[in-house]
Amino acid sequence: MSTLEIRDLQVSVKLPEGELKPILAGVDLTVKAGETHAIMGPNGSGKSTLAYSIAGHPKYQITGGTVTLDGEDVLAMTVDERARAGLFLAMQYPVEVPGVSVANFLRTAKTAIDGEAPKLRTWAGELRGAMEKLQMDPAFAQRNVNEGFSGGEKKRHEIMQLELLKPKMAILDETDSGLDIDALRIVSEGVNRVRASGEAGLLLITHYTRILRYIKPDFVHVFVAGKIVQEGGPELAEQLEAEGYERYVAGARA
Amino acid sequence: MTTEAMAPPSTKSQVLRSFDVTDFPAVTGLEEEWRFTPVKRLKELVTATTLTGAAPGFAPGDLPAGVSLTQVDAGKVEPVLTPFDRVSALAFGAAAGVTLIDVAADTVAAEPVVIRVVGQGAAAAAARTYVRVGNFAQVTVVLEQVGTATLADNVEVVIGDGAQLTFVTLTEWDAETVQAQHVKFRVGRDARVNHVQVSLGGSLVRQFTSVEYAGRGGEAELWGLYFADAGQHIEHRQLVDHSVPDCRSYVGYRGALQGRSAHTVWVGDVVIRAAATGTETYEINRNLLLSDGARADSVPNLEIETGEVVSAGHASATGRFDDEQLFYLMARGIPEAEARKLVVRGFFAELINKIPVEELRERLGDAIEARLAKAGS
Repeated sequence: MSTLEIRDLQVSVKLPEGELKPILAGVDLTVKAGETHAIMGPNGSGKSTLAYSIAGHPKYQITGGTVTLDGEDVLAMTVDERARAGLFLAMQYPVEVPGVSVANFLRTAKTAIDGEAPKLRTWAGELRGAMEKLQMDPAFAQRNVNEGFSGGEKKRHEIMQLELLKPKMAILDETDSGLDIDALRIVSEGVNRVRASGEAGLLLITHYTRILRYIKPDFVHVFVAGKIVQEGGPELAEQLEAEGYERYVAGARA
Repeated sequence: MTTEAMAPPSTKSQVLRSFDVTDFPAVTGLEEEWRFTPVKRLKELVTATTLTGAAPGFAPGDLPAGVSLTQVDAGKVEPVLTPFDRVSALAFGAAAGVTLIDVAADTVAAEPVVIRVVGQGAAAAAARTYVRVGNFAQVTVVLEQVGTATLADNVEVVIGDGAQLTFVTLTEWDAETVQAQHVKFRVGRDARVNHVQVSLGGSLVRQFTSVEYAGRGGEAELWGLYFADAGQHIEHRQLVDHSVPDCRSYVGYRGALQGRSAHTVWVGDVVIRAAATGTETYEINRNLLLSDGARADSVPNLEIETGEVVSAGHASATGRFDDEQLFYLMARGIPEAEARKLVVRGFFAELINKIPVEELRERLGDAIEARLAKAGS
């Protein structure tokens, strides 16, 4: 069983002038395979910074702390090594890659993650099945990665990758944002399939409680001003739904 | 106000035109049309009044029925290009004869006509090629330029009424080759030309493409794909002259550059004359800088003398590698070198897909990957 351990993680964002602006002020979190954690917090609290710094985005600099996956030092790995070690980040704003078809992209990614090319005989069926489950038109495979995709199509494409690449730990950054209710349901069903497999740990980053009606977290963490300020079970999400973040934000300011 | 003051400024379409090289003043490199070119590297091509080196040899593969390739005297073909620069005029005067590629009217060739044009060495030479596509013919012609040459040449292409031509020039010269080429298209009524200009090899390659329309309903699509390595100068200029109503043109050039003093130039001129109502035109150039020390000049020009057009536009963008694309691909486990290849291949994919010959498409993809591998990127 896999374990992602984040200890006292401190991260700054690199500003264009080369200065560092501290964002994460010591984050502690342990996610085990089969668990679903929700990180909830107001805008600007550093939730996305947590997601992107674990994935290794060059915009962020780690200034302290550790991140390990099954004891391996994640922070020492390049971005692609992290993905091959079993980390996955479903992005809030997936990037367009002109001229690269979804089919080519997915096959290249699958080959990189598995260390060998998927078997021609079974791959086409696997791809088609993954697309059908997310109610994506087969013509999607021939379109360029994320180019001209609607918000909902981009998110479904991210979850399709989650299902195909089978990571040990998946971070879902605001996957619910920009989704209408049907797309939210389709995407949530995909996440729940991964969850039901019990083989992956999930870290849901969200501003709203809406997605938590479809995906039930085992743990909820309230994230304010670059750190976790409270932890609890699913009942904490309901409390946030009713009361909002104001209490925590005021606490952080005091 | 005097009539002189009201006269329109001189335009791209009003420059000096002559078949006689001595009518043109010496090239200094300061002229608008030469200002991006390292003219010294063109050597005799800009200084001589005749050229005596051996012209490239033409090696046709199997020619389909209705298509012929012959060497003829200059008097056998009607010029469709009156040179408007010194090198083009020099090439006209110095060419020993004409290589004529003739496609009979109504020919529909299922297979592409692939012709290798082989440079005969570094001695400065001139050449003239003439492609004549008869009315309602449909054909794909590919000219592959290989070997070593110092060459000034003109390529005249006449597309008969209702004909459809796909014309691919592939420039894969050896590293020391210098070439200044002019390609001229005359597009017949309701005719269509799809031109793909691929420029990869050579020390200095300057290709000027001009288009004129002989009747209404003509269409010209000019696609360009180029890749400049350290020290290479690759220059493309177009002059699309809309003087006839209801014609269409699209110019799309894409290039990648890597290495110190890799230099590319794209200058796209489109003229829409007063008579050319109903014109539809767009031109775009995009450049991808893969390393420091490379330079891409990009100048779109649109000169419009009538407001009654369907559409007219231009765009130009030169940028560095997109780090966000790289991050996205790497975050899916794809190693950096492979991710870069995917992005560059993707950048060119749209243009490569314009080439109707699968074997050529594959070769180009491989050639681009070999370039990337060479730089270790």
